[in-house]
Amino acid sequence: MRNSFEKTRASRALLLVFVCSLLLLIVSFSTSVSAQADNDSDTPADSILALAAPAPATDLKAFDTDNDHGHSITIEWTLSADDGAGANSVISYRIMKSESPDGPFDSVGLVPLGATSHVNSSAIDKNSEGYFSDNTDYYYRVEAMTTNAALFSSSEIVGPVQSSGQWFNAGLVPVLIAILIFTILTMIFVQLAKKGMDLYVRPLAGIEAVDEAIGRATEMGRPILYVLGLGSAADIATIASFTILGRVAKKVAEYQTELNVPCYDPIVMAVAQEVVKSAFIDAGRPEAYKDDIVHFITNSQFAYVGAVNGIIMRDLPATNVYMGKFFAESLILAETGAAAGSIQIAGTDEIPQIPFFFVACDYTLIGEELFAASAYLGREPELLGSLKAQDYAKAVLLASAIIGILLINIFPDFGETFKSWFEVID
Amino acid sequence: MRRQIPILITTIAGLVFAISYFIPHDPFGESESIFGDWITIVQAFAVWLGALNLLKISFEKISSKSADRHYAAIIIVSLIGTLAVGFYDGYSGMAQDPQVSFRDPGTNFDWLYRFIYTPLSATMFSMLAFFVASASYRAFRARNVQATLLLIAGFFVMGGRVPLFDMMISPITDFPVFSWFADWIMTYPNTAGQRAIMIGIALGIMSSSLRIILGIERSHIGGGSG
Repeated sequence: MRNSFEKTRASRALLLVFVCSLLLLIVSFSTSVSAQADNDSDTPADSILALAAPAPATDLKAFDTDNDHGHSITIEWTLSADDGAGANSVISYRIMKSESPDGPFDSVGLVPLGATSHVNSSAIDKNSEGYFSDNTDYYYRVEAMTTNAALFSSSEIVGPVQSSGQWFNAGLVPVLIAILIFTILTMIFVQLAKKGMDLYVRPLAGIEAVDEAIGRATEMGRPILYVLGLGSAADIATIASFTILGRVAKKVAEYQTELNVPCYDPIVMAVAQEVVKSAFIDAGRPEAYKDDIVHFITNSQFAYVGAVNGIIMRDLPATNVYMGKFFAESLILAETGAAAGSIQIAGTDEIPQIPFFFVACDYTLIGEELFAASAYLGREPELLGSLKAQDYAKAVLLASAIIGILLINIFPDFGETFKSWFEVID
Repeated sequence: MRRQIPILITTIAGLVFAISYFIPHDPFGESESIFGDWITIVQAFAVWLGALNLLKISFEKISSKSADRHYAAIIIVSLIGTLAVGFYDGYSGMAQDPQVSFRDPGTNFDWLYRFIYTPLSATMFSMLAFFVASASYRAFRARNVQATLLLIAGFFVMGGRVPLFDMMISPITDFPVFSWFADWIMTYPNTAGQRAIMIGIALGIMSSSLRIILGIERSHIGGGSG
């Protein structure tokens, strides 16, 4: 009886808390709505219809857009005196373009109040309507607009100005330097490795587990499921996965284990078929290769997941390998595999999916480890040399980050300059 | 020769793309969209390759009386049925004025898409909610120091994402402890960790690309690196 009384009291208290929360929510919502309404009434759009033309935009400049493929002009100006000040009547700027200073001018863009620049670019295909021709004279003017469409003021006309493409994107100099340094480092370490230098590579638990997982599948007489992800054959993660598939397929052929590779993309399927076939030939067992090892499922994300989950639950593979690009399906696949009792090894460069694999799989290759896996499996000196270069590049980046943090805090001006050396303007 | 030609094509294509990244001028600036068009054309043919492979494997399963033959039969019926409905709608739609595409609302094909395909996909996607719960249960068991830290971080991040937790401690302090701590975790440790992984991935992609362009990595075309 007392128990029931306490329960009733507890549910009443809960109800009270719920009602109070609801009231608080309603009060805060209505407050925010009225505050929003107050803010909105301050905008020029809600002000009364303008009665006089605003002051025009001034200091108009038009020039060829930097570091582009042409077909583009950048226009800059100083705000009208009535934009956010004075009569406060400007609501937008209309950009007008012509091939002659005498007109006719056509509207090529509209930007809101407060904006001081616009990039005019349009069709680059000669056969398209509105083709923006390079090396042609163009004239521009900017019109400060009000809520009254008939009341606007034009800036002075600037021109002639021509667009042209550049042969080098100067904004990408830091990237070029980084690539050159990285390439030189790779070349050096590849040569050192070829000369017999002993290169230590940190063990990757996930990759060391591959052999063990294939052995387990052989002992249990159950298949190995290899999922290449949802990436296309052009994705570097899928290419890295092909190389790992090649190594796995070679071991599978040697151990005479069953392999199943369901594919999401038909091009990936065609490449994977060749990879597996070559691996079987290299293992000296071409007769063991069957066409149904690598097969197409569907190009639809969740239909693919349904099919692969079905394979997992029916075949109960001893080992599931997920390598490549994965999205929302990562956890669905990995949890189903965990429920089926398979050993699971995963690797992806999709950062949001890494925690899901980490939780549901036995071994997870985190980010760069996916790309290092093929080199690690191969153990060829050239491949290990490239891994060493990668480690040194990481050390350089880490040192740069630490130096940058110290400089910004101790010598802010030089710190900013140091930061600018790494900035990419694209 | 069987391996040299693909390596040569890969090297040339890789170099053209690498160079075109730094040269905006035509024709380099346009190379990405030109190659994109080529990929689209190849993909259009590859769809048929995939469909034929699917049919072949499914027919083989039925003829060999495999245990999965019922699923194979469903695949064949669904594939051919959807194709037939699409062709029928497309053909009959051409005779109408104005012409109706098989993908337009109200067609049989649209019905199949909206009332069979979409609910089935949504069902698979919604399973994610249950899997997140089961995975979280495993991840949040405080077995060691790292797992305990994950549990604490997860508790604060989840608590900070709903107003209820801050409201519950409001009688003690006006400071929104949960949302502040959740924001701090997401802004600093989480962002730092993600950026570290991102830098590693970028270097890994560069290293892999270089290995492929230079012909050091060849296992994707078969036969190991050498």
